[in-house]
Amino acid sequence: MSDKTLRATTIRCTAAAAALLLAATACGGRGADGAATSAEGACKGQQTTGITAKSIKLGGIYPLSGPTSAYGQIPKGVKAYFDYVNAEKGGVNGRRIDFTVRDDGYQPPKSVEEARRLVEEQHVFALFQTLGTPTSAAVMQYANQQKVPQVFVSSGASKWGADPVKHPWTIGWQPSYSSEGRVYAQYLKKDKPQAKVAILYQNDDFGKDLRSGFTDEIKGSGVTVVAEQSYEVTDPSIDPQMRLLAGSKADVLLDITTPKFGTQALAADANNTGWNPVHIINNVASSATVLKPVGFDRVQNIVSAAFLKDPSDPQWGGDAEMRLYKDKLGKYAPGLDSSNAFYSLGWASASAMDKALGALKCPTREGLMEAVRDLKDVHSDLLLPGIAMNTTPQDGYPLETLQLQRFKGERWNLFGEAIDTRKAG
Amino acid sequence: MAGFVQQVIEGLGTGAIYAGLALALVLIYRFTGIVNFAQGELAMFSTFIAWQFVHAGVPFWAALALTLAISFAGGMLIERVLIRPVEGAPELTLVIVTLGLFLLVNAAAGWIWSFLIKDFPSPFPGGALRAGGVALGYSTLGVLGVVAAVMGLLYLLFRYTRIGLAMRAVASNPESARLSGIGVSRMLALGWGLAALVGAVSGVLVAPVLFLEPNMMGGVLIYAFAAATLGGFDSPVGAVAGGLIVGVAETLAGAYVHAIGSDLKVGVPLAVIIIVLLFRPQGLFGHAAVERA
Amino acid sequence: MSSTPLSLKSSPASGGLARHWRWAALALLTAAACAAPFQLAPFRVFQLTMVLVYAMALLGLNLLVGHAGQISLGHGCFFALGSYAAAIMMDRWDVPYLLTLPAAMAVTFVLGFALGVPTLRLRGLYLALVTMTIAIFLVPLLKRFGSLTGGSMGLTLAHPEPPAWTGLARDQWLYLLALAIAAACGLVAWSLLRSRVGRALHALRDNESAAEVMGVRLARYKTLAFAWSAMFAGAAGAVNTWVIAFVSPDSFTVNLSIMLLAGIVVGGLGSTAGPLLGGAFVMFVPTFSQGLNEAAPNVVFGVLIIAVMYLAPTGLAGLAGRAGRFAAHIQRKK
Repeated sequence: MSDKTLRATTIRCTAAAAALLLAATACGGRGADGAATSAEGACKGQQTTGITAKSIKLGGIYPLSGPTSAYGQIPKGVKAYFDYVNAEKGGVNGRRIDFTVRDDGYQPPKSVEEARRLVEEQHVFALFQTLGTPTSAAVMQYANQQKVPQVFVSSGASKWGADPVKHPWTIGWQPSYSSEGRVYAQYLKKDKPQAKVAILYQNDDFGKDLRSGFTDEIKGSGVTVVAEQSYEVTDPSIDPQMRLLAGSKADVLLDITTPKFGTQALAADANNTGWNPVHIINNVASSATVLKPVGFDRVQNIVSAAFLKDPSDPQWGGDAEMRLYKDKLGKYAPGLDSSNAFYSLGWASASAMDKALGALKCPTREGLMEAVRDLKDVHSDLLLPGIAMNTTPQDGYPLETLQLQRFKGERWNLFGEAIDTRKAG
Repeated sequence: MAGFVQQVIEGLGTGAIYAGLALALVLIYRFTGIVNFAQGELAMFSTFIAWQFVHAGVPFWAALALTLAISFAGGMLIERVLIRPVEGAPELTLVIVTLGLFLLVNAAAGWIWSFLIKDFPSPFPGGALRAGGVALGYSTLGVLGVVAAVMGLLYLLFRYTRIGLAMRAVASNPESARLSGIGVSRMLALGWGLAALVGAVSGVLVAPVLFLEPNMMGGVLIYAFAAATLGGFDSPVGAVAGGLIVGVAETLAGAYVHAIGSDLKVGVPLAVIIIVLLFRPQGLFGHAAVERA
Repeated sequence: MSSTPLSLKSSPASGGLARHWRWAALALLTAAACAAPFQLAPFRVFQLTMVLVYAMALLGLNLLVGHAGQISLGHGCFFALGSYAAAIMMDRWDVPYLLTLPAAMAVTFVLGFALGVPTLRLRGLYLALVTMTIAIFLVPLLKRFGSLTGGSMGLTLAHPEPPAWTGLARDQWLYLLALAIAAACGLVAWSLLRSRVGRALHALRDNESAAEVMGVRLARYKTLAFAWSAMFAGAAGAVNTWVIAFVSPDSFTVNLSIMLLAGIVVGGLGSTAGPLLGGAFVMFVPTFSQGLNEAAPNVVFGVLIIAVMYLAPTGLAGLAGRAGRFAAHIQRKK
């Protein structure tokens, strides 16, 4: 190789890079600080960045690319809801909602970058829904340092509500994984007090939280865990794990999986005619899109817990909220299959955000956190009957009630009372 | 004992899945001398095409035939459009191009068909052969049979046809092959086409078990690499034997070696690849390469 | 890998004039790099910091792939190990953050050396396979030792605060730190390559057997190339931990290794500017792809990688060089 030429090349590159950097420097300017604004009057001194009398800017971060991009469908439901509210209701209290979606590919460093882009460049009022546990955890510290609301995190880890003093700007939404685990434990203690349980779980925070919620709750009862297997999301199949669990002859299978592996586990259970445990599948993998590929006739009598109405369930056909969702999704996001639970989840959480924004006493970031920490029996769209959002300044978990359900025919049948894990905990 | 035999049978079933993709990897390696990181994704894409046909009401076997034809043509097209411009470039360039293809095909499938899980019909009947407390599923048997048939056909192709001879000449030394009148570019295109076709077969075989979605083959690829390495990257018989050995080893390790545990199972292909490459780089069935300076 | 990735023709533009320009260009770049944090918005400063972090990691990969001719699809592992080493020291033992840098570099150097030994016998595609498998294996391994690594939840850390006497904002301080460390790493890599070591590595890349015949101690230099490249990745990892203040297994999937390899090849293998251009590619192009196609950003990203391979087989650095030569050619004609 010619060293001289290499050097010449390097010089040109260096010069070009320097010129670019200088150009960027010259026209960049330190604009960010100029956009921070604060309120006057009763809410004096509070932050009003991203909110005016006419508009609210929100930002969400989801994996639109990479192996978890199935969740990238959720923001489409959110967008449809806000489009509907903007077009037909004139926004929330006259404020149109401007919702920006960014992709982090489920990589935490990327989530931080996108959060900073939304906050510092697009000047959003709040981060609404960052999806996933590690990604949201990476953003949490930044949001709390910058005093930017990180509202209704889309993950069931318990850390979002665990410490309102240390992380006052972050709050989750859905029932935590560990409370879901407790619900299944309570069900078994009552219905099958001597149950021998085999557990299949995803080897991450989600699987471990749900599992430990369950095992904590069965302590001292006749319900015992006789076998456990974990899997990695990079595994091609969970069939080997299922065979090992079948060897335990347990009479209950607690299936803590994400959709793809949920489908595989259900199929493996159905194929194994020699082992017929009560199959409890966690909420994350309970939608019809997971069950259908296995065949409805092969998943009869499985048990799960829910907090939202399932859009593929015919029993909500006449339900006003469900009809509104299906109508408006068809209108504002044409071409989407409204029976997909990702869209209804997005719709439901957007509706919860609508309620929180509607309850603002001060139209400020501080006001939003006050509102989401002071929800009293607030019902938002698509929540199951008997389930409502409740928070206090000390209690940072909006939803803690779940409803058990059993699959019969082609749909889930709710059974028993809605279980409030707050009371039973 | 029956339990052990059952584990071995299950391992063979899993291994057959790895063997299918490993065959495609071996094929492209034999023809072109490269390792195609996008092979699994191409197989997944082909399976989606088959799903689309079945979904539109085309009978299964007709859909399969159409898919294989499209895959073959698609593979040749990819070679012509994507690979031809960098033909003869260093290995690294080809690695990067196939990695780019990997990302591209995966994202494109998600874009077209979404990331929701789809069921794919199995060509084989349910049920199982039972004897002495051991069950052998018809579908496992079917997958093993198809993989064995593909392996046999490839063996014949490599061994007894003029294409096989030409192909070996191209892979070992493209320049002298060109001089002796072999259409090198045509052979390369043929290699890509055939590999895509075999990949499509493997995709259609695994889809009923793993369920169809864009990341279906991501986890299989690493095991297929291990299988191909173990068998020797240039031998179809080796790829199948390697796949079966990896499948059985993985299943038995999960069942009887508790220190490994299910979470570290992916260590099995890693160990296989490293041990083989260190102690017998040509694999069990491969031919040692002679290096000329 | 017997052919040289950079096949440059000798250009008449180099020589005494070039030497002159070289210092001017370098001075200009230094000035711009130092001025940037005081002129740009904090978010942009953060982005440039991350470009420097990736550039440091690519500096190591450039040494290994560009100069020693070894393909690694597991470079993200060392980046992860550096990140985790720094994070664990800061989280568990309250080590002052600046001390975590040499420690992370030492750890990754040793581990790189250890990995370099068994991979001695591998080359080309086989090495790519092995390193890729290691990158996949790393994620469950990090989860297994949860008491140290925080498991799948990862570790959340406090951002390092700038010393009060500097009067700098945190982003500015971290940027300047990253700049200083990257410059130091660049200098180390540069002097390495100008020494006996660099010549040995080039000989290895161009023809292994011949190099051995000429008396290059193959094993030693190959292992050292691995160790050094790991060390630079480790340094990048430590700075990454300071800047992001969070580590988790999901931050370091095999995807990171693929991105890094693509980054250095796109940036320009074996060239001095390659790591910097590659760092910018890794940092900015995914965002750019999302801008073009929100539904499937990776379609655009994949196409871009392939396109660069066609249009600029020597990477962006080579492209810039070609453009420069072309301009010089036009000028001479006038």
